[in-house]
Amino acid sequence: MDLTLKVWRQNGPQDAGRMETYPVSDVSPDMSFLEMMDMMNDQIIRSGGDPVAFDHDCREGICGMCSMFINGEAHGPNRGTTTCQLHMRSFKDGDTITIEPWRASAFPVVKDLAVDRSSFDRVIQSGGYISVNTSGETLDANAIPVPKGQADDAFSAATCIGCGACVATCKNASAMLFVSAKVSQFALLPQGQPERATRVQRMVEQMDKEGFGNCTNTGACAVECPKGIDLSNIARMNRDYLSASALEE
Amino acid sequence: MALTGLFLCLFLVGHLAGNLQLIFITGEEGQQAFNEYAQFMTTFPLVKILSYLTYASVLFHVVDGIVLTMQNRKARPVGYVKENGAANAKWASRNMGILGTIILVFLVSHMQSFWYTMHFGDIPMHNGLKDLHTVVLQFFSPENSLGLVAVVGYVLAQMAVAFHLSHGVQSGFQSLGVRHAKYTPIIELSGMGFALLVPTLFAIIPIFLYITQL
Repeated sequence: MDLTLKVWRQNGPQDAGRMETYPVSDVSPDMSFLEMMDMMNDQIIRSGGDPVAFDHDCREGICGMCSMFINGEAHGPNRGTTTCQLHMRSFKDGDTITIEPWRASAFPVVKDLAVDRSSFDRVIQSGGYISVNTSGETLDANAIPVPKGQADDAFSAATCIGCGACVATCKNASAMLFVSAKVSQFALLPQGQPERATRVQRMVEQMDKEGFGNCTNTGACAVECPKGIDLSNIARMNRDYLSASALEE
Repeated sequence: MALTGLFLCLFLVGHLAGNLQLIFITGEEGQQAFNEYAQFMTTFPLVKILSYLTYASVLFHVVDGIVLTMQNRKARPVGYVKENGAANAKWASRNMGILGTIILVFLVSHMQSFWYTMHFGDIPMHNGLKDLHTVVLQFFSPENSLGLVAVVGYVLAQMAVAFHLSHGVQSGFQSLGVRHAKYTPIIELSGMGFALLVPTLFAIIPIFLYITQL
């Protein structure tokens, strides 16, 4: 396959940045998108240029590091996959592919396609945990009965890998899907109940502080989410937040 | 947005019920009935309270919409070179601001035509009542040089309302956290039905008035 890549290049956070075009040839349809990016970088390095910086780690869809906006969609055109799970067979010979970083003021560009997603970490730090006494007498989690449906929903929420595709996709750069998944995974389990009200309030407050946009329920986040996080999590968070605010003493 | 939006949906139902008198009761009897209704709607204290609540809801819905849109713009200062919004969200959900602006422009013109005339304008009298019925009929009349423009404008505005509601109704429930695997499909279906039915019935009225006066 011969492709034309239009890639966002930005030297650093202060640089204005621009799109640059790189032709790549002999791309195998069996390559993953990141392998194709490696190939492009190899060409750039051989010609004495600065390779394109992009985030990646596990390359098997579980770490949430890869973060490319490909042809106008987070993680490219396929559903339920991260960029590393996207293969070149999803494109045609002769295609022009536009590759951009996640765009959000809460995700500032570090360099080229790599963005700083530490705003997600700060949202987690604000309340995305349960306080457990680790004196050695901690109750075994499996000893606490949890209804099957609730356990499944909590597990589904917990599959969020924090990649930020929801924010990147949302026309408002809202982080509601991410935050609601992190709120829900505890709100649905007995261990999460003691801090349920304060957790949702703190995490929403931190989310707003980070400068994410507002949710207008377009549902784009759930469509583009590589882990299929459901919109019901957002409704649950809205519900919890409303009741926590209303009942606050 | 959700609370005021859903409240305004209720207002639409009430407004529609009143307007439908223009179709279902015609002639002298219809004129009397509609004018009595208009008199009641502008003077009865409980309706007055409801109308102030409606003005406040419209105002809040508009101002909040603008504030949220500004925050959302700030949340993404640099946009994408290529963005395929159609791949993951419906057109109406992505253009609520534009649709809302069209509705607001219509609302200003609509209130100037009828609400202002009824409250402060130079309005003819009929049997001791302000004759809003004649004002409406003349507004959507072929004898009025702008009658056809008024009908077309009204119908287009109702289309904007339809698209706005097609996203707005279910979105309002979602924002309030009202979601359940069993009931959400019903809410979504009813929302779409509401979005289709209410503006269609509104739009039929000026078309009917225009045609019957040909």
